[in-house]
Amino acid sequence: MRKNNNVRAPESQKRLKVKIADNPEDIGAMVHIEINEKKVSVPLGTTILEACRKNQIHIPTLCHHDDLCIAGVCRVCVVEVEGMKTLQAACSFPITNPVKIKTTSPRVRRARKNILDLLLSEHYGECYACVRNNNCELQALAKEYGVDHYNFGHIDKPKFQVDNSSYAVVRDMNKCVLCKRCVRTCIDLQEVGVLEAINRGEATYIGTFFDKPLADVICINCGQCINRCPTGALHANDPRDEIWAAIDDPEKHVIIQTAPSPRAAIGEEFGLEPGHSLTGEMNTALRRIGFDAVFDTNFAADLTVMEEGTELLLRLYKALAKGEPDVAIPQFTSCSPGWVKYLEHFYPDFINHLSSAKSPQQMFGALLKTFYPKIKNIDPANIVTVAVMPCAAKKFECNRPEMTDSGYKDIDYGLTTRELAQMIKEAGIYLPELPKSGFDDPFGDATGAGLIFGATGGVMEAALRTVLELVTGDKIENIFENAEIKPVRGFEGIRYAEIPVTKVGKVPGIISHLIPDFEWLKGITLKVAVAHGTANAKKVLEDIKNGGKFSHCHFIEFMACPGGCLGGGGQPIPTNAEIRRKRAEAIYKEERTLNYRKSHENPKLIRLYNEFLTDGPCGSVSHKLLHTTYTKRGSFIV
Amino acid sequence: MEGVKHNRFGPVIFSKYERGSAIERALAMSREDILFELKNSGLKGRGGAGFPTSTKWMLTAAAISDKKYLICNADEGEPGTFKDRVLLIEYPELVFDAMVVGGYTIGATEGIVYLRGEYEYLLDSLNDYLNGMRKDNLLGENILGKKGFNFDIRIFLGEGSYVCGEETALIESLEGHRGEARNRPPYPVNTGFMGKPTCVNNVETLATISHIIVKGSEWYKNFGTSKSKGTKLFSISGDCEKPGVYELEWGMKISDVLKLVGAKDTKAVQIGGASGVCLNSSQFDRTLAYEDVPTGGSIIIFNKKRSMLKVLKNFMEFFVEESCGQCTPCRIGNVKLLEAVKMIEENKLTFGYLKKLKELAETMKIASKCGLGQSSPNPFLSIIENFKEEIFNYAGGGEYAKE
Ligand SMILES: Cc1cc2nc3c(=O)[nH]c(=O)nc-3n(C[C@H](O)[C@H](O)[C@H](O)COP(=O)(O)O)c2cc1C
Repeated sequence: MRKNNNVRAPESQKRLKVKIADNPEDIGAMVHIEINEKKVSVPLGTTILEACRKNQIHIPTLCHHDDLCIAGVCRVCVVEVEGMKTLQAACSFPITNPVKIKTTSPRVRRARKNILDLLLSEHYGECYACVRNNNCELQALAKEYGVDHYNFGHIDKPKFQVDNSSYAVVRDMNKCVLCKRCVRTCIDLQEVGVLEAINRGEATYIGTFFDKPLADVICINCGQCINRCPTGALHANDPRDEIWAAIDDPEKHVIIQTAPSPRAAIGEEFGLEPGHSLTGEMNTALRRIGFDAVFDTNFAADLTVMEEGTELLLRLYKALAKGEPDVAIPQFTSCSPGWVKYLEHFYPDFINHLSSAKSPQQMFGALLKTFYPKIKNIDPANIVTVAVMPCAAKKFECNRPEMTDSGYKDIDYGLTTRELAQMIKEAGIYLPELPKSGFDDPFGDATGAGLIFGATGGVMEAALRTVLELVTGDKIENIFENAEIKPVRGFEGIRYAEIPVTKVGKVPGIISHLIPDFEWLKGITLKVAVAHGTANAKKVLEDIKNGGKFSHCHFIEFMACPGGCLGGGGQPIPTNAEIRRKRAEAIYKEERTLNYRKSHENPKLIRLYNEFLTDGPCGSVSHKLLHTTYTKRGSFIV
Repeated sequence: MEGVKHNRFGPVIFSKYERGSAIERALAMSREDILFELKNSGLKGRGGAGFPTSTKWMLTAAAISDKKYLICNADEGEPGTFKDRVLLIEYPELVFDAMVVGGYTIGATEGIVYLRGEYEYLLDSLNDYLNGMRKDNLLGENILGKKGFNFDIRIFLGEGSYVCGEETALIESLEGHRGEARNRPPYPVNTGFMGKPTCVNNVETLATISHIIVKGSEWYKNFGTSKSKGTKLFSISGDCEKPGVYELEWGMKISDVLKLVGAKDTKAVQIGGASGVCLNSSQFDRTLAYEDVPTGGSIIIFNKKRSMLKVLKNFMEFFVEESCGQCTPCRIGNVKLLEAVKMIEENKLTFGYLKKLKELAETMKIASKCGLGQSSPNPFLSIIENFKEEIFNYAGGGEYAKE
């Protein structure tokens, strides 16, 4: 009976906290408190948990997550506040007066242990038969508290059927501890809202609308819930067995393409600090595992830039030069399959704004079963294509019925970073110590433009580098220092930039048959925007609906996941703002070292247009293989 | 239009009162004077928690906001409680008048009655009553000619969950969400319904306020004990001849109450509903007062024929079902306590495990998120303690085992 349709998370889950001033010290908004008899000062409104962390005092948590609003439901973080009869949840208690806090009193320790024992009593399964073995917050807590037996028993039969209906997310509610991180992720962080607590008391569980399988509700497959689940209750639909089988089959030619974000994060699965790129090491590992060819998805990203950039220029040409009325502007990017499905469900009337260009993964798939077998003289029926992605939604995307333009299933399996790390471990390889190697021909090493697709703003930056060079005939380095388009970088949820086009050049040969000249662009200010996380996407779309600033944009990049692909639902767990920032740094650092940093300069790409996509970007061959259509799903078509 | 009166007698709440008189009196007073009267009366919340009503009103009055709310908590979900229903049926004027007084005092423009779902049958008559008040300008704009004082009341029907009587869960439910208690602080007086300052009062608290405003706090203080002022409505049920709602002064002995209602062969008295404590006959000389046995007003009487283990099982089943399920201690803790009752039935409970459970019960009391889990171990602890012999004889073929 939800009467309030526009609400985000319920108040109980929202950050009902005192706003912390920017300069608390200057305005006297510091509170002097005592933690375990140590005197410290904190800004008014700081939670006890934040105050303790700042002072190197460890408080165990389970339902708390830095990315999410406060819940205060697991009660593992309780502490003693002098003068209060009951213990207080450190994660939710805002400090507004000079409290005295005890974090390890006997009452606190006993309560935490009891609560932990209760959680364990209802947590079905054994740690060694779990994807999250050794990376589970409940397991870690049990270790921290030295649990060596079950004080309040242990559930010995599963209560729920595992829901593996979805291509992306598997839900095993038998392992759920009802921390509601997934609910808060889905409702509040992403504003999708397919998960909610159902029933009450003992019968409470996290479920979907009318208990439908996840595949039958409007889940966008972003997998952000997986990244924030403290246990193994949520994990991705894992294709490792099928991939091993293909590798072991001598008939099969198994190809793997690797997206930019996994290489910037996979080291975390091997104990490295976030922020180390292992591109070359990963290539070597993939060959040792037995893949027959290792390609860089960034090549296809370069291809996407060419196709999507050309499409943008065509749209602008039709609208601005020819005055055609029905051209949908702004054009929206379409590489993020979670975002695409979000739009199809929640804003179906906007689908004509989506670029018809497929995502890099799917463009590559179509080439790998057409162009590639032709030059290699292999039967495409024997080719198995695997894509290592930071993403859960890619698993859904490759199963979309449209994605068979090669005559086969273009991409057979989407594999997450986590799953690839698992395969590498199974193969007995310690990744960080491997020698480096490059990517295989005929696609070779790609450009930096493709690489930065991994970070929010990267697709926009890559597209702008190419579009601006094509249009102005000038070097992008003359417009933006070092070719770095800073206004579209960063982690601000929504970013907006204006780029005046002061001069135009001759139309380059590759698209001159589509657009006669660029005179109509002269003097125009190109307006672009970037949004990441579907909650931010929603804000932009609502603004467009209301004719606001974003409705005057020409091109907008949307990514379903906070941080872009590097924060994707297939990336190593845990995630938080700091980890995502370090992954982005790794990507931008690596990109500065590359020989080519603009898609249209990629020599292998130029060769592809010369030999295979002979009628150029957005031509008939590319339209057949590299472009797609979308579905107005609304609430009912899943 | 007046509520349908039965022949009820009582010194305060059931004393004579004329509709609108509290509003009239209050509008002639300053807000400070009203708050002073309340403070002087020593009135504490009658919904169970016993928080000083004047403090709550003062905090809401002091909060700065463009909009404030006054909510009447008519969820009356505590097992064995039915006094609020009597007030709503027979004395609606007391409740609604006090809401208007409250609106005036704290600066709220909207009053909301959160009515227990099972009381749906009262909805029409209550709405009729409100319409009557509107006609007579006891609600609406510029009430009784007081310029700029606008206040109206609407009724919201609950969905039948016990926890929605807890004020923050109630507010969540009003907003259309799952009935789950919020983190506090912040408290509703600052951040309540729709994030605005909100004062939640029990039906009986409000009804008492109407009398205090008209007759004065000094008069009210004549009743009760030194620490528990005034009177209290008691919903008395169970094994007695005259169950019903009684208005009694604070400070009465339990044994006197039992006599009053004609209870014979009484073995146990559960005070404060399912979440209250259960006393045995050695404790019947204790008094009903905040300083001894505080209560929200429910008294359930059990005579010698009742099995206390079954009583306990019934209470624990109630909590297992009614826990909202969000916090760990309450959601799983109550299940463990209920399991223990079943273990006693099957003679499987060891004293070692019982000791663990008592510790668990303590944890539930201090670590649960809201009052539900904080009080649900009460019957478990008190029944096991006060009826030890009977309980542990049960499985050994004790006298109630074959029932
Ligand atoms: C589980 C639970 C159920 C409650 N149910 C009720 C109820 O039905 N009616 C009520 O007035 N207060 C109930 N309360 C108490 C309210 O939270 C709150 O204290 C009260 O409405 C405040 O009003 P008062 O100050 O006038 O007592 C309940 C509390 C808890 C923890």
